[in-house]
Amino acid sequence: MSSVREIDFKDTAASAAGAAADLDAPDDMHGEKMVLNMGPSHPATHGVLRIVLELDGEEIVKAVPDVGYLHRGDEKIAENMTYTQFIPYTDRLDYLAPLANNVAYALAVEKLAGIDQALPPRCQYIRVICCELARISAHLLGLGAFAMDVGAVTVFLHTFTQREYIYNLIEELTGARFTTTYTRIGGVSRDLPEGWIGRLKQFLDGVRVNIDETEKLLSRNPIFQDRTKDIGVYSAEEAIDFGITGPNLRGSGVEFDMRKAHPYLVYDQLAFEIPVGSKGDCFDRYLVRIEEMRQSADLLEQCIRQLPGGAVNVDDGKFVLPKKEKVLTSMEELIHQFMLVTQGTNVPAGEVYFGAENPKGELGFYINSKGGGTPHRLKIRAPSFVNLGILQHLLPGHMVSDVVAILGSLDFVMGECDR
Amino acid sequence: MTAADKANALREKFGDLISEPAGFRGEITVSVADAQKIAEVCEFAKKDLGFNYLVDLSSVDNYGDDPRFELVYELYGYGHGCHLRLKAALSEEIGEAPSVAGVWRTADWHEREVFDMMGIRFAGHPDLRRILMWEGYPHFPLRKDFPLAGKATDMPDVAFSNPAPLEGGPFVTSPGACGSEEREPRAKTFE
Repeated sequence: MSSVREIDFKDTAASAAGAAADLDAPDDMHGEKMVLNMGPSHPATHGVLRIVLELDGEEIVKAVPDVGYLHRGDEKIAENMTYTQFIPYTDRLDYLAPLANNVAYALAVEKLAGIDQALPPRCQYIRVICCELARISAHLLGLGAFAMDVGAVTVFLHTFTQREYIYNLIEELTGARFTTTYTRIGGVSRDLPEGWIGRLKQFLDGVRVNIDETEKLLSRNPIFQDRTKDIGVYSAEEAIDFGITGPNLRGSGVEFDMRKAHPYLVYDQLAFEIPVGSKGDCFDRYLVRIEEMRQSADLLEQCIRQLPGGAVNVDDGKFVLPKKEKVLTSMEELIHQFMLVTQGTNVPAGEVYFGAENPKGELGFYINSKGGGTPHRLKIRAPSFVNLGILQHLLPGHMVSDVVAILGSLDFVMGECDR
Repeated sequence: MTAADKANALREKFGDLISEPAGFRGEITVSVADAQKIAEVCEFAKKDLGFNYLVDLSSVDNYGDDPRFELVYELYGYGHGCHLRLKAALSEEIGEAPSVAGVWRTADWHEREVFDMMGIRFAGHPDLRRILMWEGYPHFPLRKDFPLAGKATDMPDVAFSNPAPLEGGPFVTSPGACGSEEREPRAKTFE
């Protein structure tokens, strides 16, 4: 007769707590540690993140993230060109939400130039539309990829259909699907195309249904819940200490949103709510993103209703290129055009920091200017870079398969992280 | 309590170490006279003034000036919603400041980035390694004396060890400089 042995399966949270204690007492269950290299071309690392994992069985003992594979030196490049010339580079930071980056950068330069209060209302509303469209687009992809990483491939295809419609709208608006370069210092490159608002409305009707369907596919899905609930938990205090921002911060229950706390553009005239999580696990971060998309759709609808007419650019020839007919006939406009193109926007000496609520978190630009058309130093505070800083603290104690869920729920973009 | 009040509270505590708060575009900046005291000031700002969130830590290279470097700390408090900027000048000879990674853990990666890009070291940092450039890279690319085109390295197997044929950047317009054919030969050469 064979004897029956009790086998005790610890749940993940308990094993996370016990991991350190277990390691101190070596026994048959704890053999040699193995080093596993994850990335930089692993499908779940969403680009080129590399993590060196030290494993004890399937449990992570130590995690060392390695970033920088996509480093292009954007900050160095910025010091060598005019403020306007740098706008295309901002497309390539968080390349899933280029419109939001354009807006954040333009607002930072305008704050430095002192023209952020002079933006015409129509321009501000258009910029809010850009930001919220970008947020929906980024969250759709983030959630789709997250779900796919934990095994639900359908969701990815489902959300990608709506992203295609967003890209069609963006193409009509900016002339490019991906690298938009839509804003200018003091305005936007062009007004909304004819009939665009109608098509945006149509899209909103569709995307609301799509968000509901996506939620139906995931929220009550037991496999998805098993993979995400109580995984990757960090408290509100930890999140603040590690500088986590955006949905990842709100997932831990901190009710903070730059759009509410320090409203820029016309966010103070629009009604929306900040969804927050209660536990701070992967599932909470997923729920926050779902609700944020609904709030963004509401914001877009309000913008459509309230959208005023008028100019889309600041009425100041020192910042915005004059009309071509004027350049050819009037001396003053010719000089403005010449100065703007050759010297760039002339901003005063000084330094500002401007942080905007982007889909991934707080995208900030610190600009140090000595006057003239180029920055002396431009620092990009990339939310993905800061958010990944918690990995080495968060991963130990989890299983290898949890890494995939945690990375998916943190929703980072390496283009922005590595700059 | 506004950011200016917070800055004055810092002055009360540390005296002449903290400069008169300067306002620009609605932001308050104070300078810390001795960069070696920055960790103490940050500790106080977090514990007693409620700046629990380090938004950003960056550095500026004022090449040709002495002291050459500036460290810039952007602080924010979730409790009171005030933003305060701390600045500390640092000479090239010293090139080292105390780490604030013990105050806010997010400073860990920020300080690694400053070290990587500007070559400023942080005393007491738990793991001061390069973060964006690769281990063993010999230069500090964000310093003003590092050319945009890059520098040749002696490292074997690095694909781009020769400077790129650019002058001042691909599309930089500086009046009176040479034409775009010379600046960016690849752009204008037809086969």
